[in-house]
Amino acid sequence: MRAMFRAMFAIILRETIRFVSQRGRFIASLVRPLVWLVVFAAGFRAALGLSITPPYQTYITYEIYIVPGLCGMVQLFNGMQSSLSLVYDREMGSMRLLLTSPMPRWWLLFSKLLAGTLVSIVQVYAFLLIAGLFGIDFSLLGYLYALPVLILNGLMLGALGLFLSSTIKQLENFAGVMNFVIFPMFFLSTALYPLWKMAEASTLLRDICAFNPFSHAIELLRFALYEQFNGTALVWVIVSLGIFLGASIWGYNPARGKILGR
Amino acid sequence: MRSLLTAVLMLSATSTLADEIWISNEKDDTISVIDIETLEVTRTLEVGERPRGITFSRDHSVLYLCASDSDTVQVIDPETGKILYELPSGEDPEQFVLHPNNKHLYIANEDDAITTVVDVETRRVIAQIDVGIEPEGMAVSPDGALSITTSETTNMAHWIDTSTNQIIANTLVDQRPRHAEFTLDGKELWVSAEIGGTISIFDVETQAEKGKISFEIQGVHKDRVQPVGFEMTKDGKYAFVALGPSNHIAVVDQKTYEVLNYILVGRRVWHMAFDRDETKLFTTNGVSGDVTVIDVEKLEPIKTIKVGRFPWGAAFRPTSG
Repeated sequence: MRAMFRAMFAIILRETIRFVSQRGRFIASLVRPLVWLVVFAAGFRAALGLSITPPYQTYITYEIYIVPGLCGMVQLFNGMQSSLSLVYDREMGSMRLLLTSPMPRWWLLFSKLLAGTLVSIVQVYAFLLIAGLFGIDFSLLGYLYALPVLILNGLMLGALGLFLSSTIKQLENFAGVMNFVIFPMFFLSTALYPLWKMAEASTLLRDICAFNPFSHAIELLRFALYEQFNGTALVWVIVSLGIFLGASIWGYNPARGKILGR
Repeated sequence: MRSLLTAVLMLSATSTLADEIWISNEKDDTISVIDIETLEVTRTLEVGERPRGITFSRDHSVLYLCASDSDTVQVIDPETGKILYELPSGEDPEQFVLHPNNKHLYIANEDDAITTVVDVETRRVIAQIDVGIEPEGMAVSPDGALSITTSETTNMAHWIDTSTNQIIANTLVDQRPRHAEFTLDGKELWVSAEIGGTISIFDVETQAEKGKISFEIQGVHKDRVQPVGFEMTKDGKYAFVALGPSNHIAVVDQKTYEVLNYILVGRRVWHMAFDRDETKLFTTNGVSGDVTVIDVEKLEPIKTIKVGRFPWGAAFRPTSG
């Protein structure tokens, strides 16, 4: 048992060292949502404020609306970046080292996921801190309630990345992940517009957004930041986590011969 | 023992009674009553046509309401919500102000270019004063010596001596003056100009303009920034100004006339009322048909409450103490 946690600790430590040494990655992870917040949201100031949907109790500016979505963006990119690092690990051979460890494979994958999630949470809180400097702040309890949601969301998005990484053979394919996973997931969600606004454009769009697990991750976080609970979103996120985790364990199953026998 | 029980019962009865904000809904011909504790509408009352100006008597025993299209001022029992009787008001009463003597109502008759003075006890008109075209904003000085009518088309504030009910001065203000208020010390008169986009501040003694406040909201076109109703806190700190279709309330420093902040509320905000200790401000958002509650200390909106169609005026009613 102790060995298992030692393994987990080692994986987390490795991920942390990698994160700390890549200062550019940290800055990039902050700049991306900040550009959205400062440039994109500024142009849409008056676009919202016509309808009040929970958890909001009054009219809000667009900047306030997109902050939870941008937190989701940070975690989405981080989840995918972790998957990128796995592809890299595989190319460099360090993955073989990891997977030949006597620990159960699911444990190793889970540890890897947790490590990526913790890194993403640091990024999200750093972003929230800067958003606070721009006057978009939440209550202390809101920040606290966001923590378990961020862990859950991070694991869910990381598991998706893990599964994707098991299907990608080369680093170059990451561009495909950007185009076919990150962008659709982000744009077809409630990150940038609420569902009622999507429905104004098309009900199909609204339905896709409502189906997208990333939407539910964002809504769960949005409610938590306002000290509220969204049961439906929680169920969606947990079920999605289960599916993605199952898929990635299956994806990294040596019996499939895909990983080691490449 | 019985008296103790009665006391306990009375105490619990009063503690469940929260203060209220009364809102006149111009298009619904109703009043929405908001419970200040729960921030929910607890009662909706049917009233006369196109209710606009709304104010309580000094002791809050009756409510006066301008039923503009019914050409009357209705007097309502706030306990039962029943219309007790109607006061003569002249045609199309829009806004009014109750004199500190709790007896005289100064009413702006928008269509007739008249200010009507009504004695609420004898229920008779005691004076009609010719003012500019489309009178609207009404104010009375804290000592009761002066009453003000602003006329929207003439762009003037008319200064009325309440002892003679004669105009003693007229001062030009910016385009389309909508609302007037004296500061608590009675030394300044503030007048908002909807199209002019300003608030002019006059020295009451000399009737000379001593300051002007302009508003500018980032990302909102200047034409949409239209100051209408405003309220000042009794501690002399803030003035809250409703900026109409810009959907914002401006927070102004009463002393320096500096605009400190803009608060997002519902669509086309016109008037407002404070609660008892001025910790909350309730704004009427006409087009969105709701009332936004602002935390006065934090200068943040807390909640927006759906009321009737086109809420216009707001008045505070204490229900205990």
